[in-house]
Amino acid sequence: MKNQRLQRVLVTSASSLLAVFVALCICAVILLITGKDPIQAYSTLFGAAGDIKVLQGTLNRATPLMISAAAVAIGFKMNLFNIGVEGQMRVALLATAVAGAAIDLPAPLHILFCLVVAMATGAIWAAFAGWLKVKRGVNEVISTIMLNFVALSLVAWAFKSFFTADTAPGVLLVKTKELPPSAWFPDIVERRLNGMFFIAILVLVLFYVLVWKTKFGFQLRASGANPGAARVTGVNPKRMVMISMLMSGALAGLVGMRALLGDVHAYQNNLAEQQGFNGIAVSLLGRNHPLGIFISALLFGYLGEASGRLQLEDIPKEITTIMTGIIVLAVVIINEAVKRWDDKRIQHKAALALATRVVAE
Amino acid sequence: MSENSESHSGPSAVELHGISKSFPGVIANYSIELMVRPGTIHAIVGENGAGKSTLMKTLYGMHQPDEGTITVNGKQVQFKTPTEAIAAGIGMVHQHFMLADNLTIIENIILGAEPTDNRGRINFGAARERIEALMTSLGATFDPGTNVSELGVGQRQRVEILKVLYRGAKILILDEPTAVLVPQEVEELFETLQRLVLDGSTVIFISHKLDEVLTYCDEITVMRQGTTVAHTTPAQVDRRTLAQLMVGSDLPDPSGRETKVGEDIRLQVSGLNVASEIPGAKLALQDININVHSGEIVGIAGVEGNGQFELCEAILGLRPKLSGTISVGGSELSGSDTRTRREMGLSYIAFDRHREGLLLDSPLWENTFLGREENATLTVGPFMKNRSIEADSRVIIERFGVLTPSEQVPAFALSGGNQQKLVVGREMASNPKILLAAHPTRGVDVGAQSAIWDELRNARDRGLAVLLISADLEELIGLSDRILVMFDGHITAELDPVTATPEMLGTYMTGGEIVTSL
Repeated sequence: MKNQRLQRVLVTSASSLLAVFVALCICAVILLITGKDPIQAYSTLFGAAGDIKVLQGTLNRATPLMISAAAVAIGFKMNLFNIGVEGQMRVALLATAVAGAAIDLPAPLHILFCLVVAMATGAIWAAFAGWLKVKRGVNEVISTIMLNFVALSLVAWAFKSFFTADTAPGVLLVKTKELPPSAWFPDIVERRLNGMFFIAILVLVLFYVLVWKTKFGFQLRASGANPGAARVTGVNPKRMVMISMLMSGALAGLVGMRALLGDVHAYQNNLAEQQGFNGIAVSLLGRNHPLGIFISALLFGYLGEASGRLQLEDIPKEITTIMTGIIVLAVVIINEAVKRWDDKRIQHKAALALATRVVAE
Repeated sequence: MSENSESHSGPSAVELHGISKSFPGVIANYSIELMVRPGTIHAIVGENGAGKSTLMKTLYGMHQPDEGTITVNGKQVQFKTPTEAIAAGIGMVHQHFMLADNLTIIENIILGAEPTDNRGRINFGAARERIEALMTSLGATFDPGTNVSELGVGQRQRVEILKVLYRGAKILILDEPTAVLVPQEVEELFETLQRLVLDGSTVIFISHKLDEVLTYCDEITVMRQGTTVAHTTPAQVDRRTLAQLMVGSDLPDPSGRETKVGEDIRLQVSGLNVASEIPGAKLALQDININVHSGEIVGIAGVEGNGQFELCEAILGLRPKLSGTISVGGSELSGSDTRTRREMGLSYIAFDRHREGLLLDSPLWENTFLGREENATLTVGPFMKNRSIEADSRVIIERFGVLTPSEQVPAFALSGGNQQKLVVGREMASNPKILLAAHPTRGVDVGAQSAIWDELRNARDRGLAVLLISADLEELIGLSDRILVMFDGHITAELDPVTATPEMLGTYMTGGEIVTSL
């Protein structure tokens, strides 16, 4: 009876697709209200899909989204809502920029060193929220939001006070000391697609294996699905909270690395901004599954990449931001509705299958 | 038993006639007849699952009966919500207190029924005046300005009662109010209730503690298996007859067994004390001593909430103990966590399969894998062997007769009986040395019940040590080699299932003592 599993996959994907479609319809109405032609807007927006440069840009934009969505999803699997990816990412960015510029190593080692520093600092920042939840029962939604503000201000202050490098005369943008080229993550396509894309794919694959194929992942999912049942089998819920928070933070640390190691090569204000928050939307649309996250990240990456073209048609590109928001709302509502319908359907089918079996006997 | 004896004038406070209520697959109440005279304390006694709570929810408007009529003070009524019941003067004091700790007594009492002036501001002065008047009539002495967090258990209950009175209730329903009280507080509670009755209120008192009922109540209605079986008064019955009425008299013979109980003690609990979760309440477990040998089923009889849950949690290492020892196969467990204890061969059929037994949204094969992550045939290193796990799940489904289209179906799609069989199957699949079985056949149909019993007997014959916690006397007498009775956190008796009678069990389960020698 493998088809039962297939059906679940189909129902899940269908509900996400439906959410995107509904969001497109609502945005069309918004465009109409603002006096723009939605058909023209959408054909401009999606007409860019054939362009190889747009596709490269899409993958490049999808890279941090995939990682931050995985960071959010690993928390979700344990019923933890880590909204602090943005802050964890920011702390990791500055720490890595400073540490990476301070030492000299051969190329692959230097990159590896930077990635490890990023993951470690991200995990440490997330550990505060985990510790608060385990020891003091503080809801992680509250603590991670608060820690985002703390991280943003702390990093901005530390950057400005200690780590700005001397800039050439006439350059207004302040940065940290530039990373040596041995720490630069190589591009796949010059200036268009960075090699961190492969790291993102690797993260998704490892995420899949860890959560769905290992004992630990099973315990994680079981604790999320029914903490009471997991507890009586001896899974320590507090330990699980701490571990998933640490892993989520470690991934959050990686989110900004495409921008840091693959693009700017130094820390500056606004570097990789919002990428931590956008992961929440990607994770929701992708239903916390690596494949779903991959596809959703591509969609969001594409919307971001193609939105520039709208301006040529005198359509504000913010429409894609609105679209993103509406997709998230639609996903939450439609998923719940579809789940209720599907639960009833499965229950009905199970009862029916048994009834016919009993009759047959 | 006897019909209502005394003649009464005026209409009854509450009269239920022919009430039936069924839930999908279960009949919870049928042909209920209840008559409560005004100005009395009327006890409703019965075992767990006798249908007391369902009946009180019907009366309080939390759900509607399928059939039958409800009459309050001579007027026939239909309550769609508790609000309507409150408007008719009915109030309910729940077993679990519903108080906000960080608010004062006044604030808690008026919450949702605040007296306001014409500008919408709360008139605390008026509220305080009324509450103080109510308190005087109750004989309560605390300051209504104190925070509820500073109150003891008995005082909190008094606040719950005040809450109900404040809303104008003349008929009070109290759901097992003495469950969390120490004897002194019980006495105080009844003093309060008697004052209320003198003031013209009527009290409906749900309990299974027969001594209280016989000492303090005016009339008694007995419920058994979903219906009312007798209406009597303390003057007309003794505690023995009442216990017999409550548990019924048709009990099965203990089934003979061919194998012998083993020599070695598998599970030993001695001098165990465990604190209650409610601060200030009495101990949940006091000086518990239990030995279970290999190949032995030791039954723990008792009405739910008398410490059985805490006992299981303490044995599993889920709840700290104050003192005492628990050992498995001779080795003391103090330092070991739950997982280690499980690995030592301890299995557990949890009290509530939905809360602690199953992952309802997950497929059956994940459910049969739960807690067996260290099983060498199902995993390699850190990885799950999904094919083996699914195959193993199919074996469990087959062996325990779980009716399901496949192992891919999520657990919520199964009926209760099939879910229970799956849980029992999983816990037996790891070949445990000791099984803690809490209500292993609760809420399952007769077929599933006998299948589970057969499995327990077979496992016992192979040497399994079973601690069977149950409120079902048929199950206890039919399976156990020895029966211990738990009441109020103590073990109050040890009985031989061959000679145990329902009245003996009923007496001990409800806190009585048998004076004559056995």
